[in-house]
Parts: sequence; structure tokens; C-alpha cells
Amino acid sequence: MGRNKILLMEVIFTRRGNLLILSIEQLKMTATVLRKRILSTAYYKKQGHVGGSLSCADILVSLYFHHLSIDPSNPKWEDRDRFVLSKGHTALGLYAVLALRGFITEEELKTFDQYESRLQAHPDMTKLNALDMSTGSLGQGLSAAVGMAIGAKRLKKDFRVYCLIGDGESQEGQIWEAANIAEKYKLDNLIVIMDQNGLQQYGWKNGNERMKPESNGRRKFDGFGFETWEVDGHSMEDLVTLLTEVKSRGNGQPKAIIANTTKGKGVRFMENNYVWHSKAPNDEEYATALTELEEGI
Amino acid sequence: MSISVRDQFGKQLAQLAKDDSRVLTLDGDLGNSTRLDSTEKETADSFLQMGIAEQNMVGVAAGLASVGFQPWVCSFATFLTKRALDQIVVSIAQTNFDVKLVGSYSGLLTSNTGKTHHSLDDIAIMTNIPNMTVIAPGDASETVAAMKAMHQACGPMYLRLTRDETIPSFLPDGSFEIGKGKTLAEGTDMLVVTTGSTTYRVSEAIKQLEDVSITHQHFPTLKPFDKELLLEGAKKVPLVVTVEEHYIRGGLGSIVTEILSERLPKKVYRIGVPDRFFGCGTDEELLEATGLSVEAIKKSLSLCKKQF
Repeated sequence: MGRNKILLMEVIFTRRGNLLILSIEQLKMTATVLRKRILSTAYYKKQGHVGGSLSCADILVSLYFHHLSIDPSNPKWEDRDRFVLSKGHTALGLYAVLALRGFITEEELKTFDQYESRLQAHPDMTKLNALDMSTGSLGQGLSAAVGMAIGAKRLKKDFRVYCLIGDGESQEGQIWEAANIAEKYKLDNLIVIMDQNGLQQYGWKNGNERMKPESNGRRKFDGFGFETWEVDGHSMEDLVTLLTEVKSRGNGQPKAIIANTTKGKGVRFMENNYVWHSKAPNDEEYATALTELEEGI
Repeated sequence: MSISVRDQFGKQLAQLAKDDSRVLTLDGDLGNSTRLDSTEKETADSFLQMGIAEQNMVGVAAGLASVGFQPWVCSFATFLTKRALDQIVVSIAQTNFDVKLVGSYSGLLTSNTGKTHHSLDDIAIMTNIPNMTVIAPGDASETVAAMKAMHQACGPMYLRLTRDETIPSFLPDGSFEIGKGKTLAEGTDMLVVTTGSTTYRVSEAIKQLEDVSITHQHFPTLKPFDKELLLEGAKKVPLVVTVEEHYIRGGLGSIVTEILSERLPKKVYRIGVPDRFFGCGTDEELLEATGLSVEAIKKSLSLCKKQF
């Protein structure tokens, strides 16, 4: 608890722009805190898409605590980097990272998914001004991100647009309509990150397991004219290094990062189990989960 | 010389884009049909080709609006309002972005292209989306005024346009205020209510009808609807008739019956396209088949007077 408190203090007094926590250790610790917040909120509200929030937790921390140029005291700062959570059902993960970063209070996480709450089950920008886009119907966020990136170029602004999509989500045709246009408009200020956690809500049976929703994500984005990378989406060091490299490549090509992740990452009984796509832990599960996160499995 | 609605639309949008750098036009690869190509010709930088991908086009408009632009998205009415419906609801209406959606080639008159291109349910669909304003001007000059008002007002709006080239600028004044209807003629036998391109054909029919005394109201805004004007006209006559180039159910006729049943129960006769698909045909053939030609409207109105 003491460690978490220190982290939050730093967040509250952050300046405009990048927070730039340089210590990989500290970022990793932040990701663990984020995972706990995701679980404690889901436990408290008996609700939430836990699996996909845990799979993208390290990506969210690398963005919000190292990479994005944003200002919690002025969420609508017009030169900020934009972030679109196209896989909107993992709003829980996004709210938790926004709380850690100081956009909302930790107390407010308790209102998640509540009637008229700012923290709707799926991100609603008309309720919470820290959100750059409303999402929830899959496939739509990337098109909005493309619009923002075209807009940035027309306004001659150098902010970047980051869009997190799911591997299941990429079954939506609109993702590829958007990719097609990103190439046409040479959107090198657009960075798509696919949280490839290998599971979707239900998917196809494959023996006793479930089939991966997407196995050619990188090749597809490559074919659509993107510059592509593949990364271990749970290696904070690799994520931070890669995001820095990607940012500097203004060569007219849109960017796609395929982040290989594990659904439910950090809690053994949730990992790679599709039933944790949307499910809240009971008392016993919650206690076990916290212990595992604390120990760092 | 009279200019068609779609030509006027293209011209006016190019003008808005020239005057205001926030205005961008997004084309679903139909610019040379819808006349959105005027913007490309006159102010190329404001024209964004989005290809044959309506869902993404609507989403891109949301993103552009989020960084301060006013995108005008244009395609055929049926493709825009049905193929990209969820995108319109989630990315445009729920966010309340300042995006203008333009459904060209509404109704049946789609240049002999048949049922895949007809749009006979777009009023029903678009008026049922919260935050959405729905506008269907009656002629070219009202289209200009409507577009100016849309440009000035912030928020998601749908502009329903016709491809019909035979409609002259006939409305007595080219004024337009969002949410206001107009009384075009006064009479005692019945109130006839119209919108969009149908207003012209109905006003021609009324001119030629000698034995029926008609009050004619034109509603270029379908949402928000000018209830007070409707009630004022309806209370003076025994019968109300609605005419529209749209399915009978869900369009203007439904809007009018809903209002009257709550506030002023009255006999309403709805003329529109029946609940079936229509194939190819010339504009004349389709209007005749659906009872929407000037001649057919005349017959229906006479019959209404005799029957009720």
C-alpha cells in the first residue's frame, strides 16, 4: 500500500507532456498496481471485462506513464497525443490507468458501470473529458483515429494518434477499411497497437481449447502498407524501446505494432481462459489473484 | 434558369468549403453522381476521397470533427443510412459530433438503378436517432438556405436530397429555419402535408385541382418537427393527408399521425410507397406505380374529398 501511495503522489503533480518514468522497474510496478486496480474495481462492482483489461495493462502503462504527451490538469489540451481504445469493452483498464495517471480520482473507480456514471461500461467521451473517443461497438475506433490523424496533418500539428485494437476486433471489416485509407493518406502519425491476446469472447472450438482470433495480423497490416513490428506485449522494456523507435519514423507509412499478450495476464487461473473475457472474481478468487500479482507470477 | 437540387448542393457545399476551412467534404466514391465533385473542382484541398467504404467514412468524419473540423459526408442515402448505420449511431450521434450526413438519391428516383439503390426508409431510421436533426428541402433555393443553417448549427444532421432534375425553384421564399414548417396554400377541405421533393409534385397537383380546397404545409425539417404549425393547420379542416416518397410506415405520415393522435385526433390518410420492393423503371414509371406522380396525387386527393 505504501508503494502505491508514492506512485499516486507523483502522478498528481505531473507536468504537461510526457511523464517519462524512465525506470523500467517502476513502470513494471505501476503495471502491477494497474492490474490490482482493474481487479479490485471488477470485484467491487461485480462487473467488468477483466481478461482483455489485464492483457493490455502493460501497453497502457507504457503509453500513459512513459510515452503519451498529455496533461491531466488539462485533458482537452489541443496538442496532446490522442489515444483511442477501439476495443472499448476493456474500458475498465483504461479508467484504471487514467486514475493512476491523475485524470480521475481513484475513488471514482468505484462508480464504474453505474447509472449516469462518468465511467460507463464502454468509453463515453460525452461523460468523461479524458477520453478522446467513444467506443464500444467494435471496429469503429480505428476509423476515428484515422480521422484524427488526417486532421493533425491538415492542422500541421505534430501530435500522434495511438489506437489500441483487439485481435478479435480485427474480424470487423471496418478495421481494414480504415487501414486502407491510412495508407492512402500516408498517416505516419497513426500508431495502431493490436493487443493480440489470442482469445475472443467465444470464438471457435479447437480440441479442448479455443482457436486464436487472428494469426496473420502483422502480415495483413504489412499488406495494407503499414510499417509493422511484433513485440512481447508484457515486456515493459521492449514496449518502451519500440514505442520510442516507432515515434521517430516519419516516413509516410502508418505504423502497426502487434503486441503478443496473454488474456488475463498476471493471474494464473484467468490466463488463456476465455470465460474471463467478462467476469468478476468472487471473494476467494480475488484474494488469490491479489496474492499472485503481489508475488509476480 | 432553374438549377437541380443536386447541382445546387454541390455548388453550395463548394462555397461553404471555400469560405470556411473547417468544412471538409468526404466522398464515398460517388462524387460525380451526388455532385460532391464540385468541391474537388473548386477547392480541391477540402475534398477527401474515402473510397467505397461507408462505415469507415463515417468514422473518419467523427475523428475529424473531434479535432475541430466540420465534415460533410456524402453518399447515396441508402448506403449511408443503412450500411453505416451503427457507425452513425455510435461514432456520430452518441458523441454528438458536428458531422453533416448527406443522403443523395433518396426515394425511388435513382436513375433507373432499382431496389438496391432505392432509399425508402431513411426518414424512419434517421429520425429515430437521438441528437440527429433531419432535413429534407423542397427545392434548390431551400437547399441553399438549409445548408447555410446546417453549417451555422453545431451537431449531427442528416440532409435528405433528391436526384430528381425536374424540380424547379418553386417555393415562394427561399428562407429556412431548422424546425420550422411552411404553409404554401390555404383551403378548407383538407390539410395536405409534404416534405422534400414531394412538395413540388403535390403543389402542382393542388394548382390543377379545381374542386378541392386545400391547405398545403411543407415541412423541410422532419426532426425537430414543427408540431404547432401542423396542429394549427389541422384544427381548421376535417381531414389530413400526408404524401411522401418514402415507405408509408415510419416517415412523414407516421410523424403526423403520432402528433395528431396525441393532441388532435383526426382522420389521416397517408400516401407513400407501399411495403414492398420496387424494381427498375424510369422516374415517371416509378412515380406512377407508387401513386406519387402529379396525376396520381390529383386522383387521390379528389377521392379523399369524396370518401371522407
